[in-house]
Amino acid sequence: MIRVAWLVAAKDLRIERRSRVLLWQVLPFGVMALLLSGLALGAAHAGHSNAAPGLYYLVMVLVALLMINRSQVIEGSPGTRASVATLGLDPAGVFLGKALALAVELWLTGVVLLAGAVLVLHTALGGTLSALPSVVVTLGALAAAGTLYGALSGGGQGPATLLPVLSLPAFAPLLIAGERSFSAALYGGALLQWWVISLVALVAYLAIGILLYGVLEES
Amino acid sequence: MVALSDAVVLVGGFPLLSGVNLELSVTSLNVVTGANGAGKTSLLRLLGGLVTLTSGTGVVCGVDLRSGDLRELRRRVGWLGHEGSFYDDLSASENLTFAAKALARPTSEIAGVLDRVELSSRATTPAKQLSAGQRRRLGLAWLLLRRSELWLLDEPYASLDDEGRTFFDQLVGDVVKSGATVVVSAHDPLRSSALAPRTITLAGGLVVGDHL
Repeated sequence: MIRVAWLVAAKDLRIERRSRVLLWQVLPFGVMALLLSGLALGAAHAGHSNAAPGLYYLVMVLVALLMINRSQVIEGSPGTRASVATLGLDPAGVFLGKALALAVELWLTGVVLLAGAVLVLHTALGGTLSALPSVVVTLGALAAAGTLYGALSGGGQGPATLLPVLSLPAFAPLLIAGERSFSAALYGGALLQWWVISLVALVAYLAIGILLYGVLEES
Repeated sequence: MVALSDAVVLVGGFPLLSGVNLELSVTSLNVVTGANGAGKTSLLRLLGGLVTLTSGTGVVCGVDLRSGDLRELRRRVGWLGHEGSFYDDLSASENLTFAAKALARPTSEIAGVLDRVELSSRATTPAKQLSAGQRRRLGLAWLLLRRSELWLLDEPYASLDDEGRTFFDQLVGDVVKSGATVVVSAHDPLRSSALAPRTITLAGGLVVGDHL
């Protein structure tokens, strides 16, 4: 399972590096969305509002939807699906590999957008840095849940609109936990509690994915 | 190698195969012909364990299609689709490396396989930049690397020129001689008289002709 996971993750990341979709399409979208969020708050309020953590995670969820779709489209061609199916890869390994690659992409984007939050939404640098561990765990959970819901929504073959409809209700608790822990890091509060909730969600989604990804692939 | 009896495949209530009876022997070349929608691709997908048997019985490579492990069957067949069978953003060599590692085969075989399909000079070219013929050769390299018992080739002649067809026929002939069973779906019977395949004609999801 671990061997397949590394193989699939390396393949997905190599494809992403080669296609540069993350660099030239997803990252600019995320930065623009964050900038628009700052503008929506208004110049007078951007530095004084407590909305920055929520806006950060809202943008990350939108970015995640694009990346999940991309991650599934890679496998979407019927010929590729059939050929890869005949390799007989362990579905649990495939799930872990795709989730890991997606997590790496989300972590990279997340770090860039954290810098953007400091610049555009004027979050405190120290508080933003102390939010980093919870951001890593929350985005990891988002990647695991996203990989699962990506397969559930048709694995790149279903309508693109299905993914947000199915996945956003599942992402909502992650968004809340992430926002609460980021807020706690910035303004004080129960940082550890929310961080643990994100961690539990990460472990739960990984366990569900390992158990059920094969069933989703077959269906 | 293959034994199907009254094999029915339904997808969404629509019959893709309506009761196919078919036996294929080991080390044979078989061509499945028929009009669009006759069930050629569905038959190949059934043989590859890529769709489930709705009713009837079937055994492929010793795996029961009703009760056996379809994942085990898939490991033993090689599939070449007409749409392309690999990751477009990866090079020819990278695609084969992925397949080799997935199958726990040594990557040292890749250079030889690329040479066999005359793609050595395009080893580092992304698959999406290869011509239709070169993509088909890459698909063959993928199958050669796998050394499958059963080759399932879905419309392999689509968009191939005469040179490509000849190359393809020669390689398929060699593969059959080396002990594999090959099933090719095509609109028309094979032109190469040297291969002398068995030709199975489908219509409406049923076998309506079978000629040696």
